[in-house]
Amino acid sequence: MAFQIVSSQCTACGACEFECPSGAIKFKGETYIIDAKKCTECEGAFDTQQCAQVCPVPKTCIPLKH
Amino acid sequence: MLSLDAIAPVIDLDAMRAKLSEGGCKSSACGSSAKPDDMDPAVWERIKDHPCYSEEAHHYFARMHVAVAPACNIQCNYCNRKYDCANESRPGVVSEKLTPDQALRKVIAVANEVPQLSVLGIAGPGDACYDWKRTKATFEAVSAEIPDVKLCISTNGLALPDHVDELAAMNVDHVTITINMVDPEIGAKIYPWIFYQHRRWTGVEASRILHERQMQGLEMLTARGILTKINSVMIPGVNDDHLVEVNRWVKERGAFLHNVMPLISEAEHGTHFGLTGQRGPTAMELKALQDRLDGGAKLMRHCRQCRADAVGLLGEDRGQEFTLDQLPEVVSYDPAKREAYREVVARERGDHVAAKSVADAAVRAAVTGGSMLVAVATKGGGRVNEHFGHAREFQVYEASPKGIVFVGHRKVDQYCMGGFGEDATLTGVIAALEGVDVVLCAKIGDCPKDDLAAAGIRASDDHAHDYIETAILALVAETFGAALEPMTA
Repeated sequence: MAFQIVSSQCTACGACEFECPSGAIKFKGETYIIDAKKCTECEGAFDTQQCAQVCPVPKTCIPLKH
Repeated sequence: MLSLDAIAPVIDLDAMRAKLSEGGCKSSACGSSAKPDDMDPAVWERIKDHPCYSEEAHHYFARMHVAVAPACNIQCNYCNRKYDCANESRPGVVSEKLTPDQALRKVIAVANEVPQLSVLGIAGPGDACYDWKRTKATFEAVSAEIPDVKLCISTNGLALPDHVDELAAMNVDHVTITINMVDPEIGAKIYPWIFYQHRRWTGVEASRILHERQMQGLEMLTARGILTKINSVMIPGVNDDHLVEVNRWVKERGAFLHNVMPLISEAEHGTHFGLTGQRGPTAMELKALQDRLDGGAKLMRHCRQCRADAVGLLGEDRGQEFTLDQLPEVVSYDPAKREAYREVVARERGDHVAAKSVADAAVRAAVTGGSMLVAVATKGGGRVNEHFGHAREFQVYEASPKGIVFVGHRKVDQYCMGGFGEDATLTGVIAALEGVDVVLCAKIGDCPKDDLAAAGIRASDDHAHDYIETAILALVAETFGAALEPMTA
């Protein structure tokens, strides 16, 4: 399981990048992206997903749809 | 007469020195210290070149902001993080975010071209203390290249206590904290959430944490002798009366200045307040609140609520001249222009302060009641030196038994576009000048002058290029006669 960033809504503030405990978030092109292989949904580190908690735009950092 | 107006646009070093050698001051105080009478010399030394901390300095010195810290740990109802427009002038708005390396390049380019530059600030669009690594990297790089640029930050205070010691170590001696409440119940109407200790907090609990961190940060800054300015956004019906209480709290904790700013909430900005129809205060409502606060923490009234990437004197923004694509790839700092400008200003400024103190004392002695609001068109240097039609703002002064006091500014759309006055714009200018008795400018046509007169506002270009305070004294004298009869409100 992993989270994803809706790039059309991302303001590229970068808060998610430095809050991510797994180093899964990087800036690419004009937006931040989450590496699904590295994302742990913060399991074992925090009770809640840090990227989604800190993101200033609603519904922009969401569970990855399959 | 040495006119700063004539010097400011000149960036050729020899030409600037030549202007200086023309010399000629109007008063014997020429060249003396420009320190205002009511200021502690040690404090004056620290703020005298800071346009945001000193009303007097803002006529001469410029600031720049670099947008290196876009991440924020708070959501405010007056902020929309998705908004960006080159033509908007308000906090949080920025055209391009910079890396610390890009910021260094920009600061050097500006320092080489804008001799008035004295202050580098990091003021968003996010929070400088939360996005700390980028703030710190930028300050360290800039102070290594230009050691005499003053560094300052603007913060919401939530992460501030974690970085006060590092700020002190980096010689950051000006910090602005935005504090809109001391009552978390009121805070809950302004802040939907905060991010703190790895989780999102909402409601009254969020505001309680924020309040405690803000007070702790302010106390820590005061204990280390760092000058702290408090910004408060005045939100009618939400925190307007409450700001009297905020003023008391921050004064008790050593805040140096309190800057009450009007809420900006146009629907098209897409902020929560903009979308829910929460209005901002009128200019006269803002003034009334500031007058109520007089006597508490010293009030700042010359704030322009500038963009997070503004460059230049307060009231002007040259940010668009220094976008990344216009910067040279390689820059090296040349201190010559800034040094020459400082020599000129040191001299002009002593003259201005002397003229100001003469005018202020004369008005104080002569006026026993009532007051007169005077709006001035100026482009810097403390003089009446802007055409009415070219003014993007008017600086408003009050002549009363308290002397001549700067009370604020009114932003307007430029009336004169390419030589033609637009009637619709003039209507807007007249509305913006609500409550003003007289307008002073370098030049004005008969047509707008008549329209202003019809709206009860006298306009005059008789005092063009005089110091603002000297012009106001003349106005008081000509209005009330040589005997300076008491004014009526």
